[in-house]
Amino acid sequence: MTNTHKKLAMVAGAVALGAGSVLWAADEAPKPELISGASARMLAETCAGCHGTDGASVGPASPTIAGMNGEYFMELMQGFRDDSVYSTVMGRIAKGYTDEEIALMASFFAGKQFAPAKQEFDAKLAEKGAKLHDKYCEKCHSEGGKIIEDEEYYILAGQWTPYLQNAVSDFREDRREMPKKMRSKMEDLLEREQEAGLEALFAFYASEQ
Amino acid sequence: MKMNRRDFVKAASAATAVGLVGAPHLALGAAKKVVVVGGGTGGATAAKYIKRLDSSIDVTVVEPNETYYTCYFSNEVLGGARTLESIQVTYDGLKAHGINMVFDSAAAIDPEKKVVKTTGGKELPFDRCVVAPGIELLYDKIEGYSSEAAEKLPHAWKAGEQTKILRGQLESMADGGTVVIVAPPNPFRCPPGPYERASQIAMYLKANKPKSKVIILDAKQKFSKQGLFTQAWEKFFPGMIEWRPGPDANVVKVDAGGMVAETSFGDEIKADVLNVIPPQRAGTIAQVSGLADDSGWCPVDQKTFESNLHKGIHVIGDASIAGAMPKSGYAANSQAKVCAAAVVAMLNDAEVGVPSYVNTCYSIAGPEWGISVAAVYKLGADGKIASVPNSGGLTPMDASAEAHKREVEYAHSWYNNIVHDSFM
Repeated sequence: MTNTHKKLAMVAGAVALGAGSVLWAADEAPKPELISGASARMLAETCAGCHGTDGASVGPASPTIAGMNGEYFMELMQGFRDDSVYSTVMGRIAKGYTDEEIALMASFFAGKQFAPAKQEFDAKLAEKGAKLHDKYCEKCHSEGGKIIEDEEYYILAGQWTPYLQNAVSDFREDRREMPKKMRSKMEDLLEREQEAGLEALFAFYASEQ
Repeated sequence: MKMNRRDFVKAASAATAVGLVGAPHLALGAAKKVVVVGGGTGGATAAKYIKRLDSSIDVTVVEPNETYYTCYFSNEVLGGARTLESIQVTYDGLKAHGINMVFDSAAAIDPEKKVVKTTGGKELPFDRCVVAPGIELLYDKIEGYSSEAAEKLPHAWKAGEQTKILRGQLESMADGGTVVIVAPPNPFRCPPGPYERASQIAMYLKANKPKSKVIILDAKQKFSKQGLFTQAWEKFFPGMIEWRPGPDANVVKVDAGGMVAETSFGDEIKADVLNVIPPQRAGTIAQVSGLADDSGWCPVDQKTFESNLHKGIHVIGDASIAGAMPKSGYAANSQAKVCAAAVVAMLNDAEVGVPSYVNTCYSIAGPEWGISVAAVYKLGADGKIASVPNSGGLTPMDASAEAHKREVEYAHSWYNNIVHDSFM
């Protein structure tokens, strides 16, 4: 168990103590109270229809969320919920969950083994991508974008390529806010390597199986 | 209150760990037995998740067909975007989980003796039974319609052979022909289905037989994702799809010889391809086992899906009355997991946990034009499943072309993942 996972398990436990609490449906007409207090597993299993059993997506566009960093999971779900992170459907879904419920789901998925996507890639392009990764991305997405103990991480290595492509297009087309450092690195990469640079990076991440 | 990342870590460090749900006890003596009736999305998911939660339980699925065709994405087979083989699944995945498959039809469920009897003469004892029979088509609600007539006037509302017949008829139809879809009254399996079907057929016709038309004769005055479908039809198939609302367009009679549908108003509509989707109720086994009420559907405790009419028997999926949840594949998958957790808890004399449910449903309404509806549900204090206020809903009407394109990608990923999660 990583430290992060331990921490998440703890918050999940703390939340579980509040099980059985009731949430008011604050609509105009008096509606019955809704019962909260579902377990992490119960909440997380509802995601599987799109993100795969235990969060291991068989793809290609919906990402694997098994092994996802818990803090990042929370940040992203909260971002979907308040529409600060662009989505098609996730915003509508995230609005159905409280912070506590999101924390439980975060802990559940953080505790699951990440399994790299089985997908095709161009080996030669991947080699070039490995070099570009070291140059432009490694500083923040260390170890090729793999899971890192004790810090917030973003899984790139082994993630589904169509998901990564969509995420990059959201960043580039300002649907999603890019951190300053990422923006400048992305601009450098595109200036020197153009679109082919991104393609090589995608191939590299796909090759990490 | 919004937790930020730092608060979250802080709370995490301060809190103390609490164990998960108690591990399944090691039963002495005979293993507990669960029989699942029906190997569709709901039944397969329930079997898989019961076994995952407690591998000591002996799980048997009774299903007549050795291969199953998913209803979801069968409209894409009609439109030609997918093959019938691509929506076929086997039960090898369930077998690999240690689940027993009995390829036979359930003839009766005895709630007293706790036995499922099959038409093949088998008697399968159970401690708890999960019934996921899907729907029964009420042919006799439309004069002139029957299971025999359905070979000429396919419903294609259970995928497989029927899908093949309808696709074949669309392929043989001459350019300039009229496809009539008879849409059923509520409640029915897959509320957006008839309208996605119209879209998919129109996509095929526009590319191959552009002088043709699609007419939907509806029992209803409104339908699922109506604004989004109408928008897509105007954009991609102007003048090609005509929707005629109920009650006047409610089809009461069909003539397989003359290929005519007659409405309650008395209009006779001539078709070249006549797709009749009749009214529905819970699958036959639910009717003969006394699990359905006067509505034709099965009332259940929506926390556990245990039947209100027979204890020890749970009903999930299309057949059940599940509050605000629609009769969809995703709903069946979600209900199956809630039911599985309840069944495992009850068999282990543990407390049943608080449920959580989701539905996500995609329709491909035009080329690179996906639309969706999603909802997150909780159990209400009144015992009914209700959607969480201010969550869920439809694709916005002003969504960009890029967003619609992406919803098609997600629809395909949805298909891959829900099939895998339910059957493998």
